Amino acid sequence: MVPTKRNAVVDQAVCVACGCCVKVCSLSAIQILHGLYANVDSARCVGCGKCVRECPASVIHLKEVAR
Amino acid sequence: MKRKHWYDYLWIVSAVYLILGFFNILFAWLGLLCFFIPLILSLTTGQKSYCNRYCGRGQLFSLLGGRFGLSRRHDIPGWMKSKVFRYGFLVFFFVMFFLMLWNTYLVFADVKSLSQVVTLLWTFRLPWHWAYHGTLFSPGVAQFAFGFYSVMLTSTVLGLVTMVLFKPRSWCVYCPMGTMTQLICKAKNSTSSK
Ligand code: SF4
Ligand code: SF4
Ligand code: SF4
Repeated sequence: MVPTKRNAVVDQAVCVACGCCVKVCSLSAIQILHGLYANVDSARCVGCGKCVRECPASVIHLKEVAR
Repeated sequence: MKRKHWYDYLWIVSAVYLILGFFNILFAWLGLLCFFIPLILSLTTGQKSYCNRYCGRGQLFSLLGGRFGLSRRHDIPGWMKSKVFRYGFLVFFFVMFFLMLWNTYLVFADVKSLSQVVTLLWTFRLPWHWAYHGTLFSPGVAQFAFGFYSVMLTSTVLGLVTMVLFKPRSWCVYCPMGTMTQLICKAKNSTSSK
């Protein structure tokens, strides 16, 4: 068995780069790249889901990824 | 909770701006700052720093919809986040903006007389003479203030409606300033990566 953890994943094609997700992430695991879209640092993200709930466009979801 | 910065309180500025328009319409001119600052920031830095940090309107919506719970927190419908709708709304917003500027010009040119109304949602003409106490300059200066305040109030009302229906900051999905700054970043990025 590969150990897994939950991670936030952004659908960058529809992200509006508003930064709401950045504001709620207490681990600074999500950043806006070049004003284009949000990007998750999977090493930092603990999959708490705060950004998922906040995103006004609902373009973030949680996904099981390999550790 | 993250540490608060000075710019996390800019929602107060946004709220005060809207309130001032009820007392003296000429304060509406200050709203130009929320047009030029985002554009200048995105043009110079290639980031959406205005949205990501300083926008008081976005903060106001997240405060009212989030902290005060005035939001159903439902997902925004798919078509509202589509490029067609976002770019379409930006174009519509610009057309209405230029019509407003044209109207202002007509008053400057003495073709039309000053109309002391605030037009909500591009349709409803609300009498607003009680916030007009004359101007030292041309009546066109006041006409621009009425027109610009109409734009600001309309977008606030739309934002409040979608805040209640969907997520608190749903306005940010189709906000013309947000769309425009993202487009600027796109353009900057595609030229700089070549
Ligand atoms: S899931 Fe939690 S930790 Fe991960 S990016 Fe979102 S808010 Fe940050
Ligand atoms: S909150 Fe959603 S739309 Fe806004 S930057 Fe984050 S992922 Fe993108
Ligand atoms: S999208 Fe519009 S309302 Fe939202 S943060 Fe950006 S400028 Fe402000």
